[in-house]
Order: sequence, then C-alpha cells, then structure tokens
Amino acid sequence: MLKSDIPKIALVGNPNSGKSSLFNHLTGLNQKIGNFPGVTVDKKTGYCKLDDHTKAEIIDLPGTYSIYPNSTDEKIVYDILGNKADPLHPDVVVVIVDASNFKRNLLLFTQIHDLNIPCVLVLNMMDIVEKTGLAIDADKLSSELGVPVIPMKARKGHGIDVLKKTLAANAQQNFRPIFNAHDLAPQAIEAIKETFSVKDDYVAYQMLQQYRINSTLTENEKNLIIDIAEKYHFNRDELRRKETLERYAAINHFIDGAVKETFTQLPKRWTQTLDRVFTHKIWGYLIFLFILFLIFQSIFAWATVPMDFIDLTFSELSVFLKSQLPEGALNELFTEGIIPGIGGIVIFIPQIAILFAFISILEETGYMSRVVFLMDKIMRKFGLNGKSVVPLISGVACAIPAIMATRTIENWKERLITIFVTPLMSCSARLPVYTILIALIIPEKTIGGVFNLQGLALMGMYLLGFVAAIVSAFIMKLILKTRERSFLVMELPTYKMPRWKNVGLTMYEKSKTFVYEAGKIILAVSIVLWVLASYGPANKLERAEEIVAQAYSQENLTEEELENKIESFKLENSYAGIFGKTIEPVIKPLGYDWKIGIALITSFAAREVFVGTMATIYSIGNVEDESTIKSRMRNEINPETGKKRYDFATGLSLLVFYAFAMQCMSTIAIVYRETKGWKWPMIQLGYMTALAYICALAIYQTFS
Amino acid sequence: MNLRSVADLTPGESGIINGFMDDTLSLKLLEMGCLPGQPIKFNFAAPLGDPICVSVAGYNLSLRLDEAITISIQ
Repeated sequence: MLKSDIPKIALVGNPNSGKSSLFNHLTGLNQKIGNFPGVTVDKKTGYCKLDDHTKAEIIDLPGTYSIYPNSTDEKIVYDILGNKADPLHPDVVVVIVDASNFKRNLLLFTQIHDLNIPCVLVLNMMDIVEKTGLAIDADKLSSELGVPVIPMKARKGHGIDVLKKTLAANAQQNFRPIFNAHDLAPQAIEAIKETFSVKDDYVAYQMLQQYRINSTLTENEKNLIIDIAEKYHFNRDELRRKETLERYAAINHFIDGAVKETFTQLPKRWTQTLDRVFTHKIWGYLIFLFILFLIFQSIFAWATVPMDFIDLTFSELSVFLKSQLPEGALNELFTEGIIPGIGGIVIFIPQIAILFAFISILEETGYMSRVVFLMDKIMRKFGLNGKSVVPLISGVACAIPAIMATRTIENWKERLITIFVTPLMSCSARLPVYTILIALIIPEKTIGGVFNLQGLALMGMYLLGFVAAIVSAFIMKLILKTRERSFLVMELPTYKMPRWKNVGLTMYEKSKTFVYEAGKIILAVSIVLWVLASYGPANKLERAEEIVAQAYSQENLTEEELENKIESFKLENSYAGIFGKTIEPVIKPLGYDWKIGIALITSFAAREVFVGTMATIYSIGNVEDESTIKSRMRNEINPETGKKRYDFATGLSLLVFYAFAMQCMSTIAIVYRETKGWKWPMIQLGYMTALAYICALAIYQTFS
Repeated sequence: MNLRSVADLTPGESGIINGFMDDTLSLKLLEMGCLPGQPIKFNFAAPLGDPICVSVAGYNLSLRLDEAITISIQ
C-alpha cells in the first residue's frame, strides 16, 4: 500500500483537555517527534491500528483555544487545518474537549467543524462530569451537531475502542455550518471564493481573517486578499468578535437540549486548598525553591551512576574496536573520532531524562502554571515573562530543548530575550569543565563542618550563570523596542496526579530527540576535529617518530614517555595545533597558552569537548582516566614563569570564560531556526564571546 | 456612572462581566470564555499582588492587573 493511502487523523483540543493522554493511548511507543516543515514546532506523529484492516497516521497538534493563534505553537493548527493543499491536512480531525468545562472547549470544535473537515468530538474527563452531577446526552448532542460524539475517560483508557471503531467506519457526514460566515461579509467572501476557487464560506472567511500568517500564500495572493478586504470593508477584529459571540450563542443552544447542569460551579476543593499553599506569600516561594533544589540534586546525584556506566561502556567499545579493526586511518577515525563523539552525546541522556521527568511531572500536575503565576511580576522587571521560567530551568540541563520551550511565550520581544539569555544558564555540558577546573584551583576543604568548598564553588558557577542571564535580559529590555503588548492570560488547570505513562514517554522522546538533533552536529564536529588534530601541513606528522626520537636521543626515555612526546609533537604540528598557536597572542592576556587555545577552539563546537581535548593535548591516550588528566594538568609548568600552568588566576579565568562563552554549535543552530535568520545567533555569539573575553581578562589581570 | 473593573474586586468577591475596554485583548478573552453577562470571581492574587486568579466559565484563569482592568463589571 502506498503511504498516502493511510488516512491522516489530527488530534486537536484546548491545553489540558487530555489530548496527550489520548495520543499516547492510540500510538503507544509507536510515535516520533519531528518538526513541522519549515518551523521548529514539535510535530508528534504515530501510527495506530484502528481495526484489522485499517492503519491510520495520528498527528498531535499543539493545544490551542481557537484557530486564531496567539503563539508560534498555535499557529500550526491553522496552517494545517485551514489549507486543504497542505500535505499534512488531515482526513479526519478528532476534537477532544474537557467535558467538565464544556462551553469554552466547544468553541474550537465549532471553528474546525466549519472548515468542512470531517470531525469526531471526544468528550473527555467524563469521570469528573459524573462526579459533579452534570449529565450529557451524547446521542442527542451528536444528532444536533451532525458528528459522532464519544464520551471518554482517557486517563483510564475508557472509550478508546469506540473511538477507533468510529474512525475505522469513516461514516459520511452531512455538512452544515454552525456559524454562518457568509452573512457577515457576503461580498468579500464571494470574491475570495471566486478568485481562489474555494468552496466553503468559512475557509474563504478565514483567508480574509488570517492571510498574514498563512505561509502557503504567495505575496501576490496576499495582495489580492488585501485588495478584496479593502474593497468590501472587511473589518477583521469586529467580525471576529461577532463570530465568537455567535458561536457561543450556538453552543448554548446545543447545550440546552443535551446537557443538564445541576451545579453551576464545579466543586474543586482540592485545587483551592493546594493553591492556598502553593501561591502563599512565603510558602509559595519556599516550595518553589525547594523543588528547584530537589531537581538540581537529582540531576547531579542520581545521574552520576548511569553516566559513569555509559562513559565506561564507550571507552571499552573504543578499546575493543581499536584491537579488532585493521590498523590505519579508518580505525583511528572510529576509535578517536566517531565513538568518543557519540559517547560525548549519549552520556548526557541520564541528566536530560531526569530533568524532563521533573518538568513533565510539574506540567502534568498543573504546578508549572503556578510557577509562571508566582514569577511573572519578578520576571517582567527584567523584560521576561512568567513563562520564561520554564526555559531558564530547562537551560540547566541543555539550552536546546530550553530554547524550544520558549514557543509558548506569545510576546516576540519577551521570547527573543528569553532565547538570548537562556544559553548563559550553566548547562550540563559545562559540568565536566567546571568539575575538573575547580578540582585544580580550589582546595578540598570543609567549612563550618557542613559545606564542601569545591561544592560551594560549583554552586557559585551556577549562580554566576543565572545572574548573567538576568542582567543581560535587563540590558536587552532597555535596548529592544517593541509596540507589541505582553499578555499573560493563562488557564490555571486543576491539580491532578501525574500520569506516569506520559512522564515516561516524555523522558523517552526528549532524550531521543536530543540524541538525534544534537548528535548529528556533535558527530560531524568530532569528525572534523579528529581530522584537524590528526593531519598537518608538509610531512612533519609522518616523520614525527623520527624527529622526536632524534631530539630526545640523548635522554633515556622509556617507551611510554617517548610515545607521549611523539603524540604531543604530532598535535603541535597538526592543523589544530597551528590554529592554537595562531590565536595564542589573542588569548595570552587571559592567561592561556596555545594548548588551551586548541581546547578553546575545539570546544566552540561543544563545551564538553574541553576535557577530551585536554586529554589528547597532555598526551594521554586514555580520555576516561580523569584523575590522570587532572594530575597532568596540575603538574604542567608554565615555562615563562616557572610556576604552575593552572594557578588560581588561570583556572578562574578559564572557569568564567566557559561560563559565558557561546561554545555550542547546536545552540547557534537552534537559535537560527527559532528566530528564522542569522541576525540573532550572530549577535548572541558576539555578545557572549565578548562578555566571556572581557570578564576572563579582568579576572586574570586582577589575580595574577 | 462609576465604571468598575475586575481589578477593583476584592478576593472572594464576584461580579458580572459587562464589557471590555481593550479591543485586542477582548478577542482573546472572549475565546477564553469571558463573555458579557457571565459571572466572574476574584479568587486570589499572586504573592506580589500581580497577576491575579479569577474564576470564570467554570475554570480558573490568571490575568495581570493591566489585563483585569480592561474587563468592566456591573
């Protein structure tokens, strides 16, 4: 069967309507995250067997309250549903509504229905409805709306089978619009229908309303629409207001016959009690701080064991392959370039998984929107938004998913500032660099009997990143001008127990996406680096052994020492070594030599490369033996001063440089995609590098 | 007549939505279920006094004070 023969089913609904639960029930592990063509909005798709003969592709669309979008995320819903030519335009839309909050949820349904796409209405959370004494007559509602209506308890999995059967049967629906767009603007709609050969009134009406965000229209077509709108005085906002009110009137009419309300306000005691605690003046912030502390502890404490295991596995694999593959360039490319490269990505999976487990639990329970609520006023002072808290917290694991999480911020300026400052938060790639440098310059002492001095220094580095982010945000707030208004109209959902299956799937998917997205770039970079470090101009590298043997012929070196000398000679004369020497004059005022220069260059691709580069530079073939790198670095002598190479001033200067510099290709790539251009990633790169350079310079000059 | 807005309510107090004083914001608020004639209840404010949480159309909504001031009540 051709792929296009598989029916496409889109899931649409308000945020918190239980859409992801339904998606997970339908697709299970058979799902993948990609990006919608042209934008970085997450596209979750999966396959579902509806019955023995029918398989369908399920597309999970971002949660939205209406097809008039407020954020980048929501825009995709109109893009796909409003345009029949879109390759992702679904054959059927399943609109899932929270039945316990019926009216508002039905608004979106009526809009999608009027686009003349076959719909199935799922009334979710029927368990809550039953408890509160609401009675919904699904059959009656179905005959009034002219679409199948399926009561469901998605959390428990009730109603899924009925939905699958309904979708497989694919019954013909008689279309009659709920809202009569034609009467509101008859001439303009007729003109559009004729010009663009559109059949449905509401599709034409939507083109008039939203041509600006319609990415499938050409400039010429947009101009045609503008002309029509002007000619017939199409007043967009006024008509949209009328439309919304008429839709609610229609919804009231449907509800009158099919729903018996016995309570007007749903009892939500549980939520009220919890809100009294979680948004309390003092307790609210203390609880939030405690949760943050718990997340940090877990990321650093629990992740160590699996990370060590992954580290060991990859180094063993590398050693094993080195002995198995025939000797030569290919062998070295694999064992020194590709496998350590992949290992460098995979090692972060535990931290990413733990972080996303927490974020997913906070979102599932409804607590995350309280964090936004608590922090909004504080964040606004810095040009950010309450919603910026989520990316800033995620940034501690990795800036890439964090920057993707800024999409829920409606205001462009606030979103841009958040994207701009998030990479200053100390991500997990800085952790190995911090660890090794702190061990070199900070003595292992306990103060006050409790606090470990090195631990405090590490925490200080995280605080430094946070302060830099906040201050930079404030500066950007003063520089950037915008007329766009900032909104925070946000639903505060009721508290719920997290659905562990959803948490598990989020962990699995985010880790997978991270490995694939970041992995491609890091892999490519590690191959390039390997080439640069393994080859050099002229034939010096081939003659390395000869030259080194000659130079040290007077000294009685052991074979191992000689081997190390050869390795460092090779590195010094490789392309990477030449680059290092070239930039030496620039970095000398910061206290660095050409060897650190190589590490700086290589770790511009990704910070964690620093440790690996150091290992190669100090001629240790064994990257995994961290104490050896440390002791080699500790023993390294600065030939000019005769003192330690990594003294306090140099170490601190390097720490600060790594805290501020934008050394991450993947982040640059993601900022490019999110801001749709090179302007912002380049400004960001320049700003962060300058900040890193100036601060490192000031520190070295002060302490040396 | 003295125009009151949602921002003038005290915690626990309710009002009936009368209309909107901001055109752009009203589109969004209507879609979120804030309709003229609907009861709206001020639940509580965030610790720093802003944003606030209101109950409308059977659910909880958070709004900034700048936004609450645009919803006039009877």
